[in-house]
Amino acid sequence: MSEASPAFQYATLSQQREAATLGMWAFLATEVLFFGALIAAYSAYRTAWPAEIAAAARHTRVALGAINTAVLLTSSAFMATAVAAEEADRRRPLVLCLLATAVLGLSFIGIKGYEYWLEYREGLVPALNFDFGRYGGIGELFFLFYFFATGLHAVHLTIGIVMVLVLAARIGAGRPPRPPVLRMVGLYWHFVDIVWIFLFPLIYLPGRTG
Amino acid sequence: MHGSPPNYLTARTTIRSWLFSTDHKRIALLYFASITFFFLIGGLAAVLIRLELVTPAADLVLPDTYNRLFTMHGVIMVWFFLVPSIPTTLGNFVLPLMLAARDLAFPRLNLASWYFYIAGGALTVLALLLGGVDTGWTFYEPYASAFSNGYVTLAVLGIFLSGFSSILTGLNFIVTTHKLRAPGMTWYRLPLFVWSLYSTSVILVLATPVLAMTLLMLVAERVLGIGIFDPALGGDPLLWQHMFWFYSHPAVYIMVLPAIGIVSELVPAFARKQIFGYKFVAWASVAIAAIGFLVWGHHMFVAGQSLYASLVFSFLSYLVAVPSAIKVFNWVATLHKGWIRFDAPMLYAFGFIGLFTIGGLTGLFLAALAIDVHVTDTYFVVAHFHYIMVGGSVSAFFGGLHYWWPKITGRLYPEGWARAAAILMFFGFNLTFFPQFVLGWLGMPRRYDAYPPEFQIWHVLSSAGASTLAVAYAMPLFYFFWSLVWGARAPANPWGATGLEWLTGSPPPARNFERTPIVVRGPYDYVEGQPRPQAENV
Amino acid sequence: MRGFPVWPVEAGHYAGEMDALFIGLVIVTVLTAGFVCFLLIFFAARYRAGHDADRSHTIEKTWRWEVGWTTASLLIFVGLAVWGADLYLRLYRPPKNAVQIFVVGKQWMWKAQHPGGQREINELHVPAGRAIRLVMASQDTIHSFYVPALRVKQDVVPGRYESMWFQADRPGRYHLFCAEYCGTDHARMGGWLTVMAPRAFAGWLRDRGGQQSLAAQGEQLFHAFGCSGCHGPGGTVRAPDLNGVYGGPVALQDGRVVSADERYVRDSILMPKSEVAAGYDPVMPSFAGQVGEDDLAKLVAYVQSLGRKGAG
Repeated sequence: MSEASPAFQYATLSQQREAATLGMWAFLATEVLFFGALIAAYSAYRTAWPAEIAAAARHTRVALGAINTAVLLTSSAFMATAVAAEEADRRRPLVLCLLATAVLGLSFIGIKGYEYWLEYREGLVPALNFDFGRYGGIGELFFLFYFFATGLHAVHLTIGIVMVLVLAARIGAGRPPRPPVLRMVGLYWHFVDIVWIFLFPLIYLPGRTG
Repeated sequence: MHGSPPNYLTARTTIRSWLFSTDHKRIALLYFASITFFFLIGGLAAVLIRLELVTPAADLVLPDTYNRLFTMHGVIMVWFFLVPSIPTTLGNFVLPLMLAARDLAFPRLNLASWYFYIAGGALTVLALLLGGVDTGWTFYEPYASAFSNGYVTLAVLGIFLSGFSSILTGLNFIVTTHKLRAPGMTWYRLPLFVWSLYSTSVILVLATPVLAMTLLMLVAERVLGIGIFDPALGGDPLLWQHMFWFYSHPAVYIMVLPAIGIVSELVPAFARKQIFGYKFVAWASVAIAAIGFLVWGHHMFVAGQSLYASLVFSFLSYLVAVPSAIKVFNWVATLHKGWIRFDAPMLYAFGFIGLFTIGGLTGLFLAALAIDVHVTDTYFVVAHFHYIMVGGSVSAFFGGLHYWWPKITGRLYPEGWARAAAILMFFGFNLTFFPQFVLGWLGMPRRYDAYPPEFQIWHVLSSAGASTLAVAYAMPLFYFFWSLVWGARAPANPWGATGLEWLTGSPPPARNFERTPIVVRGPYDYVEGQPRPQAENV
Repeated sequence: MRGFPVWPVEAGHYAGEMDALFIGLVIVTVLTAGFVCFLLIFFAARYRAGHDADRSHTIEKTWRWEVGWTTASLLIFVGLAVWGADLYLRLYRPPKNAVQIFVVGKQWMWKAQHPGGQREINELHVPAGRAIRLVMASQDTIHSFYVPALRVKQDVVPGRYESMWFQADRPGRYHLFCAEYCGTDHARMGGWLTVMAPRAFAGWLRDRGGQQSLAAQGEQLFHAFGCSGCHGPGGTVRAPDLNGVYGGPVALQDGRVVSADERYVRDSILMPKSEVAAGYDPVMPSFAGQVGEDDLAKLVAYVQSLGRKGAG
């Protein structure tokens, strides 16, 4: 990795790195509260309408959701390996890990898109073709939260995929970004993963126990 | 000036060099211009509101117009003036100087935050021009999504965008404070303005995203017609209130903590004495920010939340008043055995302490559950938060503006006019808002364009005060512009203050300091009224 | 203009207790603010720059002072919190024998229905010296029922019942406002609370009389909406008998036990599947959208009257 002089406002490169990392953590704190607000609202309704929400949640595709969870967790493992590869200064494994991360991320989006399509066919998309008679008003509320939460998550993931691909391309072309850019993208990727780890049980599992 | 080295103002002069500047000092000035514009719009709405209320009948504007006016006043003043006011202008300008940093940690992010703010402001102004919004700034549900016929979606998206500006500013300040302090600048040597900006930034970063999500849900409900908050569609209107106030109560501290920080600068600078209880004042800011997250339910004592929730929120609201009280006592104690000067910034600080004390104490009325039942949603609340927001924050903003004006512009403002404006502002403010306490206690509900005739005398007094206040606010606009051309040139340290920002030129060079100062002592170090600067190698 | 009013009129006992707390707070405020202002001015004058004053022995040990005023503030604040909370809790505990009046808020009027079936709009007549309990609902957005002379206020959130109680002791006419912003004519949504001596009130009710009682109107609706088909004797579907239900506990299918109050009756009509009584099938259709707030009030009054019948 090439060493450059720090940006003018920093005295040293390590100071700049620490600042960037801290900035990323602060940004993730914002993101936690952003998704936290959504999850809090959803939880309020789940407490208010336990039976209706459980009934609606049974219309989600838990198998696809579970596969997606596995896909995303695996992608995070590749991301972590990529960060380790950068530290070991090994370019080839680094690029391959990044590509694997991006491919798994894209698979997640693909599977999610397939789920959306299935749900569209069943009349489960609020405001578009929601079958009110079959699933009821609270069902619509549930699916609104479902599309809202998974949609926002997918947007975050897409941004992550683009960043990972850009990194892979730059490193492949021999123009690696300054540290700690890769680590920061890694943090972001793991965050998006963790959001999903919260969303999966909240969305797919109600009404499926016992 | 010929011969003198270029400063940040003269380094480059094209319009491009301003609009795409990443210099925190120039961005601060961009924010200055923008918030002044929004202050004037919000102020104009206030003038029309006060004119309508001179008579009991609704005779100046139509009821719908009145509703749009107070909504515009609230939305503009809260999100486009008060929230950004001190942090993005004085904070942006002074924070790196106080730390002897060459800029904020992320200068381009700082510029981006201004563009977010402008984009949000443009959308909101567009909503106003198209016909306005009639929900009140609180956008209470289900009115905002199911009954309002204004441009709610557009205005809400504008606020949403401006939220990014808040978040990016907060993030930048946090990282800058952690990572860009000059050598020797330990946490307990930080000026108290930095402590308060830091606490404010934590709120900005943690509370704003909740508002963003809440607003998105409102837009989803309004556009898609699905009941998130509307009970007719299965939603819960109280959830809106919980989520809205989870942001909007901490937002009160976003507005007042920076003001508290400024006063903590002004009092020792003009009393020429070490601040009393530095650590208590510093940690009180942090305590306010932390407890401030736990009191939102005191806006909902009569809204139908559980009694036990109300009891807890009432108790916590009293608790959050303790650190505010600590600050007031420390400021007063700082004056003891000082060498006090009465320049305009100090007059604003005195005004602030008085008005903030009254604003805070009347907050105790509202936190007392039984009293709140009577006075909530009346003019008592209106008076209370204007004492904090206008009497407090705006006074401190003007105080800080006068204090750092020589640093920002390199010119001295006319002292006599400035003192006159400060005094007029104080009296105009009290005349405007004290009668509103009486009105609220008498039971005058807020957001009324017509009212029973027995309330009229207090409304007339309040409107008279508002016109005084308008004159007082206009005065600085004139003499500040005057000083840019005719004002005397300012020395580096016109007040004999101790902070690092006074060690560099007025105005500072583009990179702030020719040499990085080494900090050797805490702030506000005075010996027998003589300042000892925080660094001596400059 | 009519003079300089500084104190709102008082119409009831509670207002007096509230005012005592208010005066207590005013005293704390005046003393604290006065003390702060006195010290500000005193120090400013005595220690102004250029004035020769004794400035030796400045206070070095600050923490004693800090602990002192922090503790003092905390104690005073906790005291005030407890005082305010005590009054508030009483405000939310209605006495058992309160007269119940249904109030519906809608853009932009208050509609009241008395137990005897008398109705009024933007007026509320009540007898002096009796506890009155208002059961309130909103037909559209949030409103807030506010009578300054009584020092009471309650938001009325659509989709649920809110209740408040008061006792007015002094006959007279008092302002009734809507305190929660509700749209164009928010400022005109209100009228008068008229407190009458009990005998005069009885006369007023008689003059207004001629209608059936609220419960009797509810009974008619009970048949008109077909409720009696299942809940009545000899119903075709097994549904709970409503005699004696009101006011008592109800065991639910999911194991919870709820109190059969007006909220439960209301929710059972509008959302019958959410709290099904134990031992019954969730077969009742929802009446949401079919029964307006006015009719709901009548049905609730009827079920209440059945409750008394069963108990008595």
